[in-house]
Amino acid sequence: MRIFVCIKVVPDPERASEITLDPQTKTVRREGIPLVINPMDKNALEAALQVRAQQGGEVTVVSMGPPSVEEVLRQSLALGADRVALLCDRCLAGADTLATARTLAAGIEKLGGADLVFCGAESADGGTAQVGPQVAALLGMAHAVYATAFSLRDGIAEVTVKTEDGEKVLQGGLPLLVTVSREINQPRGIRFSEIVKARKKPFNVFTAADLSLAETCIGEQGSPTRIAGIADAKMERRGEILEGEPEEAVAKLMTILRREGAI
Amino acid sequence: MIDFRFTEEQDMLRTAAREFAEEVIAPLVPQMEETDEMPEEILRGLGERDFLALGIAEEYGGVNLGHVAKMITIEEVSRVSVAVGMMLQVMHLGIEPIVAFGSPEQKKKYLPKLASGEHFATVGVTEATGGSDPTGIETTARLEGDNYILNGRKVFITNAHVAHVAVVLAKTDEKEFSAFILSKDMPGFRAGRWEHKVGMKGCDTGELIMEDCVVPKENMIGKPGDGLKVCMKAISEVGRAGMAAVGLGLIKACLEASTKFANERILYGKPISRLQGVQFKVADMYLDYNAGMLLSYRAAAMKDRGERCDVEMAMAKYYVTEAAVKAAKLATEIHGGYGVMVEYATQRYLRDAAVLNPSAGTGDIQRIVMARAALS
Ligand SMILES: Cc1cc2nc3c(=O)[nH]c(=O)nc-3n(C[C@H](O)[C@H](O)[C@H](O)COP(=O)(O)OP(=O)(O)OC[C@H]3O[C@@H](n4cnc5c(N)ncnc54)[C@H](O)[C@@H]3O)c2cc1C
Ligand SMILES: Cc1cc2nc3c(=O)[nH]c(=O)nc-3n(C[C@H](O)[C@H](O)[C@H](O)COP(=O)(O)OP(=O)(O)OC[C@H]3O[C@@H](n4cnc5c(N)ncnc54)[C@H](O)[C@@H]3O)c2cc1C
Repeated sequence: MRIFVCIKVVPDPERASEITLDPQTKTVRREGIPLVINPMDKNALEAALQVRAQQGGEVTVVSMGPPSVEEVLRQSLALGADRVALLCDRCLAGADTLATARTLAAGIEKLGGADLVFCGAESADGGTAQVGPQVAALLGMAHAVYATAFSLRDGIAEVTVKTEDGEKVLQGGLPLLVTVSREINQPRGIRFSEIVKARKKPFNVFTAADLSLAETCIGEQGSPTRIAGIADAKMERRGEILEGEPEEAVAKLMTILRREGAI
Repeated sequence: MIDFRFTEEQDMLRTAAREFAEEVIAPLVPQMEETDEMPEEILRGLGERDFLALGIAEEYGGVNLGHVAKMITIEEVSRVSVAVGMMLQVMHLGIEPIVAFGSPEQKKKYLPKLASGEHFATVGVTEATGGSDPTGIETTARLEGDNYILNGRKVFITNAHVAHVAVVLAKTDEKEFSAFILSKDMPGFRAGRWEHKVGMKGCDTGELIMEDCVVPKENMIGKPGDGLKVCMKAISEVGRAGMAAVGLGLIKACLEASTKFANERILYGKPISRLQGVQFKVADMYLDYNAGMLLSYRAAAMKDRGERCDVEMAMAKYYVTEAAVKAAKLATEIHGGYGVMVEYATQRYLRDAAVLNPSAGTGDIQRIVMARAALS
């Protein structure tokens, strides 16, 4: 079984309050904030490792990012992945979701193609939830999004997915791409013995040329999306002081609560 | 050349240990404070994640990442729970005499289960007659055929109840001290009283009792008379490293709690972190953490290179544990009245810090080691 996991390295979401936007370049200022594996991608990796434990095969991690993500990506080897491919090139910078998906799809093909691909449902920083489905489309596979359960028997996958008003159970054959939500599993922690084993596992870096990708379909150049503007969303609590005697104030409060549909 | 950086692998180890501490240990701290017992999940987790395998060779089921690695992981655990850090450090201390002085048969018999966390270890030296002077112990070991018969009582033993295996110091003659590997399945060997401390709630301290305990001859570590060397080498170079790591974690916790509180607490219309008096306290803690870290990791790196490092460990243990007491006091002060309320962690830090001085040799004993080196 050829199992792939797409992992994005993101600024630690627990320190999201320290992230600011640069209004000039319209990009995220992430200096000084530690990088981590996108939380849902840890669930994606866990799902892949569980399939491998049952069915055998190889788990390959692909990631597009700058050289600085290498140290964080190595954690995926210590968690149990068999190999990592980092797709890293200056000309990949500034990619939107489509250019990102093209690059990841090319990486997966370059490494021999996939029977099963796991992605996070959404990233903690960009959070568009588009990359998974786009990769599936480019690879010509079926996909299921926001999975909360996954099993594979006799080549047939059964996926439970969250929908707006409940959940659905889908069945289908391989190849298949699944994007997972946090509920799907409890990702394992790193065992120190796996850190030692990870020393011998391959960590390869591929450039755009290695992937035979034309500059016009990757990076900023290959990205049809333009960010027109950015704005801070201000969230404020609305406060209202009710004056008067307690009885009067309570009566006013009841009226307001009824009007707002709270009671 | 001096390179003060950790390797990428050591950084990953720190991340992994921190993750375990925050996800598994942190939610159980209130329970430990209340019950003074070590939760099963923590004991199991330490084994599963290979915390106990760090100092053991691969051929005996370990991962052999060395003393710096142990220090990193104990520091990270102690940042969240000094009690768990202390327990973990004494488990390593109990493993060390077998690793350093054990016979191949002893290693094969005991290390694999200690590496996996199926068994836990400790060291029993101290008796009521005085810990600073180990030659004052009264436990005896009398040779009878193929066995030694041990009689005596150890006090203040970390992991007395949770440990399955203990390295115990006993007198094989009036002036002859020997070390033995004891396990709880030996007749006449058991844990005694639970000793309750002011801090480190959840970390087990208690008595070990030997009553006509039958120990096979082959369980002696080294030969008769090697006991003081075996135990003191482990305590001075591994036990003190462990205490330094525990103290570092505690200082880090004090620093983090203090900066968070100082940035959030508003007085005179601004956070108290803008008051110079508060800044000076934070600066002192910050310096102590960094100075203590340099002393401790240098000593651990020497141990990894196989160099003698008892004096360096004495400095690290003394400096860091004293600094931890100071940091806990400063952190409590910065928190004002909140600092002594049970809802805030600072009062726990204060109580935990008080336990650091006597463990693995009092501060005075560390100063004797340093003075001897300085005057020689
Ligand atoms: C604030 C912000 C807003 C943005 N808005 C848009 C927008 O509206 N339209 C647009 O086209 N781009 C947008 N981008 C850019 C977008 O984030 C990048 O294109 C990014 O590379 C992928 O999109 P995502 O983070 O939204 O991924 P998502 O689609 O949310 O990520 C889902 C999963 O895809 C996989 N994945 C995503 N990126 C990678 C990667 N680099 N390597 C490996 N796996 C990966 C992971 O498994 C991840 O869990 C935005 C970026 C930011 C920071
Ligand atoms: C939490 C905890 C865990 C412990 N775990 C273990 C364990 O796992 N295994 C184990 O064997 N022991 C353990 N101990 C025991 C510890 O090693 C001893 O408490 C320590 O060595 C001091 O011995 P003591 O308590 O008998 O004090 P004493 O030796 O009686 O010391 C009393 C005072 O005299 C001072 N003093 C002694 N000698 C000198 C000197 N030469 N010059 C100046 N001052 C001196 C001391 O500094 C101290 O202030 C533990 C102790 C604690 C508190």
